[in-house]
Amino acid sequence: MSAVPDGVVAGVAIARSPGYWVTVLWRFSRDPFAVVAALVVLGLIAMAVFAPWLAPQDPFHGMSLRRLRPPGSEGYPLGTDELGRDMLSRLIYGARISLFMGIVPVFAALAVGASIGIVAGYVGGWTNTVLMRTMDVFFAFPSVLLAVALAGALGPGILNSMLALTLVFVPPIARVAESVTTGVRTRDYVEAAKASGAGALIIIRKQVLGNVLGPIFVYAMSLIAVCMILASGLSFLGLGVKPPQPDWGLMLNTLRTAIYTQPLLCALPGLMIFITSISFNLMTDGLRSAMDIKA
Amino acid sequence: MTGVAEPVLDIRNLRVTFTGGAKPVNAVDGVDLSIERGEVVALLGESGSGKSVTLRSILRLHPAKRTRMEGAIHVAGTNVMALEGGALTDFRGKGASMIFQEPMLALDPVYTLGEQIIEAILRHENISTSEARRRALDWFERVRIPSPERRLDTYPHEMSGGMRQRAMIALALACNPKLLLADEPTTALDATVQVQILLLLRDLQRELGLSMLFVTHDIGVAVEVADRIAVMYAGRIVEIGSVRDVIRSPRHPYTLGLLSTRPHGGRLSGNRLPTIPGSPPDLANLPPGCAFAMRCALAADACRIAAPEAVEVGPGHQARCVRTAETARPAGAPAGVSA
Amino acid sequence: MTALLEVRGLVKNFPVNTGVFGRPKSFVSAVDHLDFDLHEGETLGLVGESGCGKSTTARLLMHLVAPTAGTIRFEGRTVGTSELPLKAFRRQVQMVFQDSYASLNPRLTVAESVAFGPLVHGVSRDEAAARANSLLERVGLDPARFAGRFTHELSGGQRQRVNIARALALQPRVLILDEAVSALDKSVEAQVLNLLLDLKEEFHLTYLFISHDLEVVRFMAARVLVMYLGRVAELGATEALYTGSRHPYTTALLGSLLSMDPDHRAESAPIAGDPPNPIDPPAGCRFHTRCSFAEPVCSSRVPVLTPLGSAHSVACHMSEPGSGHGCAPQRAA
Repeated sequence: MSAVPDGVVAGVAIARSPGYWVTVLWRFSRDPFAVVAALVVLGLIAMAVFAPWLAPQDPFHGMSLRRLRPPGSEGYPLGTDELGRDMLSRLIYGARISLFMGIVPVFAALAVGASIGIVAGYVGGWTNTVLMRTMDVFFAFPSVLLAVALAGALGPGILNSMLALTLVFVPPIARVAESVTTGVRTRDYVEAAKASGAGALIIIRKQVLGNVLGPIFVYAMSLIAVCMILASGLSFLGLGVKPPQPDWGLMLNTLRTAIYTQPLLCALPGLMIFITSISFNLMTDGLRSAMDIKA
Repeated sequence: MTGVAEPVLDIRNLRVTFTGGAKPVNAVDGVDLSIERGEVVALLGESGSGKSVTLRSILRLHPAKRTRMEGAIHVAGTNVMALEGGALTDFRGKGASMIFQEPMLALDPVYTLGEQIIEAILRHENISTSEARRRALDWFERVRIPSPERRLDTYPHEMSGGMRQRAMIALALACNPKLLLADEPTTALDATVQVQILLLLRDLQRELGLSMLFVTHDIGVAVEVADRIAVMYAGRIVEIGSVRDVIRSPRHPYTLGLLSTRPHGGRLSGNRLPTIPGSPPDLANLPPGCAFAMRCALAADACRIAAPEAVEVGPGHQARCVRTAETARPAGAPAGVSA
Repeated sequence: MTALLEVRGLVKNFPVNTGVFGRPKSFVSAVDHLDFDLHEGETLGLVGESGCGKSTTARLLMHLVAPTAGTIRFEGRTVGTSELPLKAFRRQVQMVFQDSYASLNPRLTVAESVAFGPLVHGVSRDEAAARANSLLERVGLDPARFAGRFTHELSGGQRQRVNIARALALQPRVLILDEAVSALDKSVEAQVLNLLLDLKEEFHLTYLFISHDLEVVRFMAARVLVMYLGRVAELGATEALYTGSRHPYTTALLGSLLSMDPDHRAESAPIAGDPPNPIDPPAGCRFHTRCSFAEPVCSSRVPVLTPLGSAHSVACHMSEPGSGHGCAPQRAA
């Protein structure tokens, strides 16, 4: 555990224990699966950020002469797609939109859903009933169906599909936030804070948030994989990203015609989606057990 | 401990180390204990003293992956440490069975009490279901559950705490175990109910000649049920002897402290209580010598170097302390509780 | 002695089995017409078995649950009205909970937990931190070592000391100790009891000491209130009550104490059975189902709290003049 700078309060030197998150990080670092998964996630993010420098070719430039080369071809280590564009470059650039579409809606939903859930959980009573039953109405639809319906209604496009995905993820996050907050609300330390005369806002800010944000965040992280797959699905259906933008879901769609001639090539975007989602999942699992600190 | 008959329970140099955490935790650190047929021994100690860990070791209830167990445990001649798979399952219930502190957690909520007892009997014995039900009913009568016929068909949550604990006792005794283990069976109960359960256990023990190991943190409870008391501290038995010896003339400073620190009968009202300073040691980081030395007023240099051996301070009365000469009281001036 | 805290007609019913439209089908009668005074500077013990309403009483006094009926007055001013707003009242009365682990926020350091109350009441950051440090020092925890620690790094006794420091941080006059030492080991319990005695003297505190442990209450309290199923059974000076109890329930409770003497083990249980369910409690005297002196009047009429002397009163038909019970004294002329 790393040392935390000691503070001086009112003339007394205070030896401060390593904070909660430092301990969590230390515990996380002892879980090999989670660490590998986290490194993969970091690698993918780096790949997306540095795509222009990493990609060997222009992902948009195709040539019908060199269509559907198999992986391992000279100059095209992962082959070329149905328009003769370099597969490796497209996969690298594809990380940009795919990760963006996976992460942004979840964070937007986290902001909205957590607020709704925490308020419902802390206030309870009728507020809770009204908010949570409204959420349940949305939650009753299968998420794929809801995403498709919303994206269809809003019309195709990246922005609209992200909006649809955000709406899909608000209810489950709100529900988790509500149940975690309800659990914390009845704890003795919240009662003790009430007994000291603190108002609801201060209690939520100082006593509740620190205890509920962790579990809610972990849950939201686990949704990133789902969101990526849904976003890929929307693109696959033509409701999300438009060609010629490189997106793993869209690539899966356009390459599917070649599945009998170049099966390995067709599987590549799917493989990327698979690796990304499983890495996110393993990382969240590790984070969840690292956060479960007991006395 | 010179009986010709083989003891019902014989523990030799038991060590239990939990290896799951960052540092190994020495929960039990060399316990020797034997129980004769028909004898009740109370294992007295505070949280973290290793009393419950010792008890659970007898049924091998600790997860094998994260626990290192050394030493020998024999129950009526059976080598418990060597039991595997089916033999171990068979031993639990028939060789030794256990009453838990919280019957609500030990009983299965989705089966009626009757079904659970009948199932336990059928698992160990080859008799008909109706015969097993008759036996279950008989046990319900013996633990004095009112209207037992009807209660046999109720679920655990439909009963009060005291009744649940009675049912738990019936379940534990249903297969005629050679040794009954009790883990704080009255701690979760109200005072008026606690007495009833203690009296029941004592009566059943006399009636059936049960051998029993009874874990408790409450000296009063230990005095009610036990023939002998073993006091545990930081994984070791620091004092063992007959109830009278341990209560009237305790010789280990920890036992002395424990007895004097309790307000009893209003004898100390208004004054400060005598206390044992400090708190129990960290089991992952035990000192080399006597684990009590840092809280002990009598501690000498010798105490901090090596763990003291058990000293015979009277017939069948031992204390693990190098300064038992100082803890002896002149005859007629009992230590601890005075009338 | 003047009454610092006056409790009159306090009632709390918890709804159970809520119907379809939130209409409760039945109630748990947790506290039923509770009257008592807490005098300045005293320690009042509150004893009883599980389900008798001890903890609910503590939470009602702190207004952590809203009472169904009844008033609480502090120095003659009614709590929760414009006479004495809740926030001002909570400066004066603080509480220590039984579960030392659950009552400290796991994400806050010890010092942050103690300083929280003063900060809420507008004390400056430095002043609150200084107060936290001096209180930690006072309860026996060296601030240099403990102020920056988290809950899970402390032992049970240390955590309860932090809780006591936290309760004192608002400089209250009354401390409600709800089973504050019950979860501690005996050797640690004695240390905390001594600490409570010292703090009471030093800060001129008044204690409401709630416990199921009669020996500890006898040690701590000057007066004792015995509750049974939400009602007062008996109230009196500690020694008078422990040596001359008049309510059969108090007698049974005292008879259930273990002797600690191998030659005088318990021979028989003073009362049979468990306390009844507080949902649909018995009519009349709530104890009549377990009382060996019960007569027809006990199951039909609620006994009133009858004074027996200057400071001793009991709610039993046997002590109520003209109640109709065979053992009752004649009505005074």
